[in-house]
Amino acid sequence: MNSAVALQTTLPILIPLISGALSLVLWRSRQLQRGISVLGTGALMIASVWLLLSVYADGIQVMYAGNWPAPFGIVLVADLLSSIMVMLTGITGLATAVYSLATISKKHEHYGYYPLMHLLLAGVNGAFLTGDIFNLYVWFEVMLVASFALLILGGERAQMEGAIKYVTLNLVSSAIFLSAIGLLYGLTGTLNMADLAVKLADHQDNPMVQVIAMLFLMAFGIKAGAFPLFFWLPASYHTPRVAVSSLFAGLLTKVGVYALFRVFTLIFPLGDSLTRDLLLGMAGATMLVGVLGAAAQFEFRRILSFHIISQIGYMLMGLALYTPLAIIGGVFYIIHHIIVKSNLFLISGLIYRLQGSYDLKQLGGVWRSHPMIGVLFLIPALSLAGLPPLSGFFGKFIVIKAGVEAQQWWLVGVALLVGLLTLYSMTKIWAEVFWKELPEGAAAPAQQRGGTSLMVITIVALSTMTVLIGVAAEPVYKLAEHTASQLLDSQAYIQSVLGVN
Amino acid sequence: MNMPKQPDSLILRVTGHFLLPLLIMFSLFLLLRGHNEPGGGFIGGLVASAAIALHLFFTDVQSARRLIWLDPRDLLGWGLSIAIASGVIAMFSGLPFLSALWTELTVPMFGMLKIGTPLMFDIGVYLVVIGTVLNILLSLAEAEEA
Amino acid sequence: MSTLLATAVGVLYATAIYLILRRSIVKLVIGLVLLSNAANLLIFTSSGLTRYAPPLIPEGSDTVLNGIVADPLAQALILTAIVIGFGVLAFAVVLIHRAYEVVKADDMDQMKDTDT
Repeated sequence: MNSAVALQTTLPILIPLISGALSLVLWRSRQLQRGISVLGTGALMIASVWLLLSVYADGIQVMYAGNWPAPFGIVLVADLLSSIMVMLTGITGLATAVYSLATISKKHEHYGYYPLMHLLLAGVNGAFLTGDIFNLYVWFEVMLVASFALLILGGERAQMEGAIKYVTLNLVSSAIFLSAIGLLYGLTGTLNMADLAVKLADHQDNPMVQVIAMLFLMAFGIKAGAFPLFFWLPASYHTPRVAVSSLFAGLLTKVGVYALFRVFTLIFPLGDSLTRDLLLGMAGATMLVGVLGAAAQFEFRRILSFHIISQIGYMLMGLALYTPLAIIGGVFYIIHHIIVKSNLFLISGLIYRLQGSYDLKQLGGVWRSHPMIGVLFLIPALSLAGLPPLSGFFGKFIVIKAGVEAQQWWLVGVALLVGLLTLYSMTKIWAEVFWKELPEGAAAPAQQRGGTSLMVITIVALSTMTVLIGVAAEPVYKLAEHTASQLLDSQAYIQSVLGVN
Repeated sequence: MNMPKQPDSLILRVTGHFLLPLLIMFSLFLLLRGHNEPGGGFIGGLVASAAIALHLFFTDVQSARRLIWLDPRDLLGWGLSIAIASGVIAMFSGLPFLSALWTELTVPMFGMLKIGTPLMFDIGVYLVVIGTVLNILLSLAEAEEA
Repeated sequence: MSTLLATAVGVLYATAIYLILRRSIVKLVIGLVLLSNAANLLIFTSSGLTRYAPPLIPEGSDTVLNGIVADPLAQALILTAIVIGFGVLAFAVVLIHRAYEVVKADDMDQMKDTDT
C-alpha cells in the first residue's frame, strides 16, 4: 500500500490525538497549551484539505490499520463525504481554537479544556473516517466522553442539569447502537461496513434486517437530534462556554447525520422501504417542531439550539427522498449548516461579551453601537433562513426541488413554511438585539478581557465562507454532486475496501 | 462530611501496607504478560489503581499523592503520548499506523526477549488507565475531605 | 441455553428501562449500567453460543486452526464495550456527585431549569 495514502487518511485522527497528548503533558503551562491548540487545529485543517484534494483527484482512499487486510482488520476509508466532513471539522476546530484564546477562562484551561477539545476532534474525525461499524461505536464513545467533560466544565447548576439529560439520552443511544451491532454481527459475522453491505444483500427477506435498521435509525436519530428523540439537545447546548456550544452545534449532531447517511446508503440502501417512509415523516416533524420550539424561546443560544434541530430536518429530508438530487442537497446543506451554525453561536458569545446577557429581553441597541456586528450577524442569520444569494438558499433550493420532483408535496410545504418561520425567529433576534433600545436595568457586561479582536476575526472568517459558498455555489454543487454519486454507487466503495469483486 | 479522616482499623492499615507492593508487582506482572496470555495494560492499570485506592482508604489524599509522586495528569499525558508513539513508529518504516513491529534481543540471565510496539502500546494504556482512575478518585476524595 | 440468556437479556433491558424512568438520579445511573451490560450480553448471545474448541493454537505448533472453533471476536467486542462502559460509568459517578453538590437533591423533578 502507498504510504502517502496511509499517512493522509491517518493524519486527521492522529494530529488531534498528538496535540491532545502534548497539551496533557504540558498541562502546567497555559501559554504552551494555547499555542499547541492553535497549531494543532491549523495543522488539522491543512491535513484535511490535503485529504479532500487527493480524494477528489484519486477516488476513495483506504488505510488498513495495523496492516491487517480487510475485512479482518479495522479500515479507515476516506470517500468524498468523509473527507468533506473532516475538512469541516478542521475549519470548525481552528475557528473554535482561535475563539477560545479570547473566551476560555484560566479556570477552564486548568481543568483541561484544551486536551478535551482535541480529544473531541479526534473522536469526530475517527467517526467520519472509519470503515468499521464497531470502530464507529468506539469513536462515538471517545467523542461522547470528551463532550460530557466539556459540557460540565465550570460546574454551574444549569450545566449539571443539562449534562444529566445529555449523558442519559446519549448513553441510551449508545446502548441501542451497540445492541444493533451485536445483532448485525450475529446475523452476518462481520463488522466491516463494505463487507456488511455485501453480506446483507443475501439477507433481503430476513425480517431481522428491518429490526436492525430500525435500531440504527433510533440510535443515530438520538445523536442527530431528530424528532422525536431530540429533547437532550435544547436542554444542554446553551449551558457550556460559547466556544464549546459552537463546537457541539457545528459537529456533534452532524456526526449522527453522517452516520445516517453512511448506514442508509451503504449498509441498508433505503429504496422503497418502510424505513424510508419513517425517515420522511421524521424529517418533516423534525423541521417543524424545531422551528416552533425556536419561535417560543427568548434566550439567544436556545433559539439557536432549536434551529439546529429544525435544520437537521432538511438534511434528513435530503437523505429520505433518496434521489441523486436530494442527496446532493443534503450534502450541500451539511456543508452550509456546519459553518453557519458555529458562526451564529460565536456571535451570541460576542454579544454576551458586549452586553453581559443571552436573554433577548436584556439586550438591545447593538446596531447603534456596533453596526459591523449587525452585518456580521445578518450574513449567517439570513443564510440560515435561506435568502439568496447566501449559502443556505442553495441548500434549501436543491432539497426542495428534489422534493417537488419526488412529488412529496406535504414535505415540500413543510420545508417552505419552516424557511419562513426561520426568518421569523431571525428577525426576532434582529429586532430585540440590534434595533431595540438597550432596556433600563440591563445586565452589565462582564468585566472586560482582551482578545475581542480575535473573536471578531473568527466570525469574519466564517461569515466570509458563508458568502463564498453562496456566490461560488457552482463548485460546491459539483463537489456535492460527486459525493452523491459516490454514495449512491456503493459498488465503488466496496471495491476500494475489499479489493476486487 | 462528618466522617473521621482516618478510619481506625488496625487490620486495614496493616494489611494495606502489606498488600500495596504486592498489588503493584502483580499489576506489572499482568502488564508484561499481556499480548499472548491473559493480561495487558488495561487490566494491569486497573490493579495498580486499585492498589492506590486501597492506600487512599486508610490514609488521606496528600499521602496518596505523595505515594504516586507524579500528578495523575502527567501519567495521563505521558501514557497517551507513549501509546500514540507506538503506533507512529511503524509509519516511519512505511507501514500503516499501529502496525506491530517486533525485535528480539538477548538479555543476560533472561535469555531471548521479544520486544515490540504492542508492549509499548500496553505500557501507554497502563499509564493512561492509572492516570484516569486516580484523577477521578483523587478529585472525588478531595471534594469529600474539603 | 440461548433461551435462558435471551430471557436474561430481556430482563436486564426491562430492569434498566424501569430504573432509567425513575426520578432518582442514582437509580438512573444504575439503570444505565444495566443497559450497557444488557447490550454486552446481547452481543454474547447473538454471536452464537458454541461448545466448540477454544480458538487457540498450541505453543510451538505452526498449524492453523482446524475443525470448528468458537468465535473469539465477540468477546473482544464485549471487552472493548466493557472498557468503554467503565470509563463512562466513572464519569457518570463524578457527574451525579457534582450534581448532588450543586442541586442538593437526588430527584430529576428538581432539575427542570433547562427544560422550558
